[in-house]
Amino acid sequence: MSRAIGMAVAGMACIAVSANAQEPGVVGDEAIVVASKNFNESYILGEIVAQLLEGEGFAVERKLGLGGTKICYDALVAGDVDVYVEYTGTIAEAIKGLAGTPTRERLAAALAPDGVEMQAALGFNNTYALAVAAPVAAARGLSKVSDLAAHRDLRLAVSHEFLERSDGWPGLQVAYGFDWIPEGIEHGLAYQAIADGAIDGTDAYSTDGELNRYAITVLQDDRGFFPAYLAVPLVRADLDARAKAVIARTANTLGDDEMRAMNAAALRGETTADVARAYLAAKGLGGGADAVAPPAGRGLAERVARNTLRHLALVAMALLPATALAVLGALLMFRLPWLSAGAVYAAGLLQTVPSIALLALLIPLTGIGVLPAVVALFLYALLPILRNAVTALAAIDPTLRRVAVAMGLTAAEQLRHVFVPLAMPSIVAGIRTAAVIGIGTATLAAFIGAGGLGDPIVKGLALNDAGLIMEGALPAIVLAIATELAFERLERVLVPGHLRSGGGG
Amino acid sequence: MTDAVVFRGVGKRFAASRRDPGGWVFRNVDLALPAAHTSAVIGPSGCGKTTLLQLVNAVHRADEGRVEVHGEAVPDVDVAKFRRRIGYAVQGAGLFPHLTVGGNIALLARLEGWPTNAIDRRRRELFDLVGLAENLLERYPHQLSGGQQQRVGLCRALLLRPAVLLLDEPFSAVDPIARADIYRQFESLRDHEQVTTVLVTHDIREARRLADHLVVMGQGGVRQSGPVEQVVAEPRDEFVRQLVSPAS
Repeated sequence: MSRAIGMAVAGMACIAVSANAQEPGVVGDEAIVVASKNFNESYILGEIVAQLLEGEGFAVERKLGLGGTKICYDALVAGDVDVYVEYTGTIAEAIKGLAGTPTRERLAAALAPDGVEMQAALGFNNTYALAVAAPVAAARGLSKVSDLAAHRDLRLAVSHEFLERSDGWPGLQVAYGFDWIPEGIEHGLAYQAIADGAIDGTDAYSTDGELNRYAITVLQDDRGFFPAYLAVPLVRADLDARAKAVIARTANTLGDDEMRAMNAAALRGETTADVARAYLAAKGLGGGADAVAPPAGRGLAERVARNTLRHLALVAMALLPATALAVLGALLMFRLPWLSAGAVYAAGLLQTVPSIALLALLIPLTGIGVLPAVVALFLYALLPILRNAVTALAAIDPTLRRVAVAMGLTAAEQLRHVFVPLAMPSIVAGIRTAAVIGIGTATLAAFIGAGGLGDPIVKGLALNDAGLIMEGALPAIVLAIATELAFERLERVLVPGHLRSGGGG
Repeated sequence: MTDAVVFRGVGKRFAASRRDPGGWVFRNVDLALPAAHTSAVIGPSGCGKTTLLQLVNAVHRADEGRVEVHGEAVPDVDVAKFRRRIGYAVQGAGLFPHLTVGGNIALLARLEGWPTNAIDRRRRELFDLVGLAENLLERYPHQLSGGQQQRVGLCRALLLRPAVLLLDEPFSAVDPIARADIYRQFESLRDHEQVTTVLVTHDIREARRLADHLVVMGQGGVRQSGPVEQVVAEPRDEFVRQLVSPAS
């Protein structure tokens, strides 16, 4: 029996190690880490910066689609990221909490203590806008934001960030005297929802490519509420001066229409890498587009295999230590019963922290990437294993406990030959639950740059590409089912038949 | 007749907490149980029969006095090793459900490093004595009858040829029809093994049939102890007479 456990452990460890070995980012310390936020335009801007640097011979590591504002900026401050493109309005409102429309100098001064420099703006202004389905706007005669006041029955759904930011709905509400709060929606889904008639309007970015594509009316900001959102590269102050100079070449090269056209091109299915390459060529930036190797021209099967392997590695790296700690903890509590209530309660509390929140909270402690993802998955895996093991051990027939002691088994022998085997069905069921939960939760790891099957899902959401979403979602489902089946087999090896039924718990 | 298990002024309290030591389960117990014979311990529920039994294999510790097995005090250290020299069987057999019959019986011997053929030889000897068939070896406990389980429990307790065998009401869960058989099988074990046995029971008929020596407990101590028929014929007081009269 113990050999079977050993093999299973060794197998999981192999997956973890081999996937880790394929991780490209850990090789060169000198690679410049280029990040982007998780929407279409930010991917393109990230590619532009990355290709520009590569064209000048810099080694670049891409962490595109890393997450929202907080995740990207925290990663930049922590040194996990060297550069990403942010928007001035976002810096003022969301990052620094500065009221009004601060000057460039004021923004730069606010960023300096974080070791962050703000470069010159790329040119375009991607401000917020409110977008309404064109037929609805026509039918109700909507052309200005202030017109909305008389149409509070309109089905608005806005991005979650917009709902929270003071330069988003809360401020807009005050400026225009709106007294209702719309639903939240993932921005990548909003236009499709408008096209499907599921919602009537949403917040838009003025450079969204979808504005060219869908029948949408952009409402005029007639009270001038939305501040300017000029795209600016944020770089770490300690970044190589030559690299800074290369990135600075983007200044004033990109107008509103150009940006919107590029976003639309990406929506039509061009890769963000190709869109960025065409831009660099057209502007005469970069060291010859052909000299730059496309970043990842892999086939679908290879991408899925790589993401799946990484996904498994994330779960395995979390599950192995969680299993060890939870089972050891359960055995300790079995011997010291006064420990158990508190520990199970603490593990239960951990479980109630929403996964996205836990990931975000971990970033200041662990940076971004694999580590916080594994830590979060580890914490989530603890409870099901611990609770099952504690319950199963406590449920062992007192007569059997007495016999095990009285017949002359040492404490270790009692555990090894009696108590652990008796609790094994529940322990395996707990690990199984933890593994399946872990596979689901690990898809969120992509938001903090850990990769895995969440990667195509996050990209697919950003690019409004159902195929990409499927590329992550389908293998994740298959993986969850395969894990269930694998554990069923494992149970068959570890647990005699008559003890198996009712082993879940 | 030498004495294998001796109690000298033994007392045991209920609660073990240091702040509240609790009242006495029993006190001033002096006993000498004869070697190679079966002693039955009877008494009303809650008189401490099982506690007395578990002082012999160090599952409980005496709060005063001392318990000796074959001339040596029950040890404080290496108790697991000591317990292996003392067989233990309980009501309902207490077989481990995740192990086969063979696995249950061989568990201790394997841990002791016995070679497989020695385990097999000893196990066959015991199976013959209690009338268990070889084909039960691969079965799990839940696939056996209550009487079969109880006999497997006896074989498990005796496999290592213990110096003392402790039996905590092992036959009371067996149905009355099977009980006649299991008494006979126990007797053949007893006569063959010649092991010092302490049998806790609440059934005076069982005690009279299986034991040579009788210990009557109650009212916080041992009321009377001696050869079974002597105690039955000459009870020391009314309490003992009530307990040993066949009608009770």
